[in-house]
Amino acid sequence: MFKDITLGQYYPTGSVIHRLDPRTKINFTFAYIILLFVVNNPVGYLIAIGILALVIALSKIPFVYVARGLKPLIFIVVLTFVLNMFMTPGQVLWQWKFLHISRQGLKLSIFMSLRLVLLVTGTSIMTLATSPMDLTDGMEADMSVIPGIKRFAHDLAMMMSIALRFIPTLMEETDKIIKAQKARGADFETGNLIERAKALIPILVPLFVSAFRRADELATAMEARCYRGGAGRTRMYVLSYQKADTIAYVVLAATAAAMILSRFISYPWPFPFN
Amino acid sequence: MSLKIEHLDHIYAAGSPFEFQALKDINVELEDGCFIALIGHTGSGKSTLIQHLNGLIEPTSGTVYLDGQDIFDQSKEDLIKTRFSVGLVFQYPEHQLFEETVAKDVAYGPKNLKLPEDEIHERVKWAIEMVGLDYGKIKDVSPFELSGGQMRRVAIAGVLAMRPKVLILDEPTAGLDPHGRDMILGQIQKLHKAAHNTVILVSHSMEDVGRYADRILVMYHGKAVYYDTPTQVFRHVDELEKMGLAVPQVKYLMRALKKQYPEINDDLFTVEDARDEIERVLGREHHV
Ligand SMILES: Nc1ncnc2c1ncn2[C@@H]1O[C@H](COP(=O)(O)OP(=O)(O)OP(=O)(O)O)[C@@H](O)[C@H]1O
Ligand SMILES: [Mg+2]
Repeated sequence: MFKDITLGQYYPTGSVIHRLDPRTKINFTFAYIILLFVVNNPVGYLIAIGILALVIALSKIPFVYVARGLKPLIFIVVLTFVLNMFMTPGQVLWQWKFLHISRQGLKLSIFMSLRLVLLVTGTSIMTLATSPMDLTDGMEADMSVIPGIKRFAHDLAMMMSIALRFIPTLMEETDKIIKAQKARGADFETGNLIERAKALIPILVPLFVSAFRRADELATAMEARCYRGGAGRTRMYVLSYQKADTIAYVVLAATAAAMILSRFISYPWPFPFN
Repeated sequence: MSLKIEHLDHIYAAGSPFEFQALKDINVELEDGCFIALIGHTGSGKSTLIQHLNGLIEPTSGTVYLDGQDIFDQSKEDLIKTRFSVGLVFQYPEHQLFEETVAKDVAYGPKNLKLPEDEIHERVKWAIEMVGLDYGKIKDVSPFELSGGQMRRVAIAGVLAMRPKVLILDEPTAGLDPHGRDMILGQIQKLHKAAHNTVILVSHSMEDVGRYADRILVMYHGKAVYYDTPTQVFRHVDELEKMGLAVPQVKYLMRALKKQYPEINDDLFTVEDARDEIERVLGREHHV
C-alpha cells in the first residue's frame, strides 16, 4: 500500500543531479515552482516540460519510477481538468444540454492540470535525487540566510530530519502491525464504514504507542549525548558549491528569463485564448 | 496439517534499486504434527518464509500448499480461514497489543473467528494460563502496564487462543530471561505433545533447537540448505559453522570425547543424554 508513494523517497544513482549541492537543488525547485505560476502560454509550458525532462534524463532515475509518484494524484488532476473545462464561462466552443466547453475553459483545464503534474514531478525529482540528510542540510543552510527564521533554522532542520528519518521506520512498523493483526484474523476489507473504521483501532493504538516510545527513547539518547540545539555546533561536512552548481544556476537563470519572456510573445490563433 | 512449499521465491521491492531476493527456490514438505525448528543467520529469510505460510505476503513465484490447497489461490474468506489454521507469532509480538485489558486483547483472535461468547471466554482463560500467567490476577490489567516479558506472553496467548493447527513462532524468546525462555518453550512443547499440532519455531539458540525439535530446517542466504532430524543436521558441524551457525555445546563436547573414546555416540545434544552416554562408556567411577 505504501509502494506508490515516491514523494520523499530517495533513489540513489550517483548522477550529476545527485551530486549537486542540496542548496542548488532546493533553490532550483523553489524557483521552478514559482515560474510555473508565472507561465501562462504554450511556449512557457514547453520550456517547463523541457527543463524537467532534461533534469530527469540527467538524474538517470527511470521515468516510470518518477511517474509512479503521480499515481495518487490522478484523481485530483482529472478533477481539476474536468471542473475547469466545464465550469469556465466564456466563448462557447461546444455545447450539449447544460454542458458547455469554452475557449477559456479549454485553456484553463489544460494549463491547470499540466501545472499540477509539473509541480509534483518537479518536487519529487528533487526528493528522489537528494538524500534526506542532504535535503535537511540544504534547508538549514537556506533558512539561515533568512533574517526572521535564522534563529530557528537549526531546530527546524533537526525536526525535519528526524521526521524524515522516521517515515520509513513508521511505515515498516505499520506494515508489521497490520500483518500481525491479520495473522489474528483481522479483516480490513469487508463490512460497512463504521466496522472498517473500527478495524483500524488494532493498528492505530500500537502504532501510536510505538511512535511515542520511539520519540521518548530518541529524546533520551540525544540528551545522553549532550544535544542542546544548534548554538555553537560545527559541521562535519561543510556545504560548498562546485562547478556543476554554477552551471545549474546559469541554466536556471536562462530558463527563468525564457519563461518570463514567453509571456510577451504574441501568439497566432488559436492561442490568444482570452 | 501438512505444509508443502514449492519453488518459492520472494523478491522484496522488485524493480527498484533496493531490490532484494530474500527467498530462492525453496522446496520443503513440512510434515504434520512435527516440532520443526527453523534456523539461519540474520537476514537468511526465516521471517520472510514463515510469512508465506499463512498468506501474509505473496510469493514472487512458486507457492505453498496447506493440506493440498494452494493458499494463494483461494478466496479472501478462505485466506482468512487459513490464517486461523496457521497461527503466526511475530518477532516482538508485544508491540501488537492494543486492547484495554489483557483478556480483551487475547480475545481479539477468537472474536474474529466469530466463536460464541462462552467459548471465547473459555479459550481466553485457557490461553492465558497456558503461557503461565494467573488469569484471575491479570485479566483486567491493561497490557501496557505489564513488564516486557509478561507482554510477550500475553501476545503469544493471543495467538494460542485461536487454537491454530500449525503454530509458528518467530524467535518467541528473544530478550527473555532463562527462566521465561524455558517456561514458554516448555509450555509450547507440552501443548504440542497434547494436541499434536505442528510447531515451527524460529530460533537462534541451538540448545533450544536440539532440545525441542524433531526436524530442523536450515536457511542460508535465502535457500533451504538442510531439512532433517537434529541428529542428521548437527552432523554437519563444519558446514553449519561456515553458515554463521553452530551446534549445541554438548555436541562439541561429545565430538571431542569421541576422539579419545571411539565407541562413544556423539549424536547427542542435551545435557541429560550426554551424561547418560558418558556414564555408560566411562563408567560411574570416572564420574566426578
Ligand atoms: N520489507 C522488506 N523490504 C525489503 N527487504 C526486506 C524486507 N524485509 C526483509 N527484507 C530483507 O530480506 C532479507 C531476509 O529478511 P528476514 O526478515 O526474512 O530475515 P531473518 O532470517 O528473519 O533474519 P533475523 O534472524 O534477523 O530475524 C534481509 O536481508 C532483509 O534485509
Ligand atoms: Mg526474522
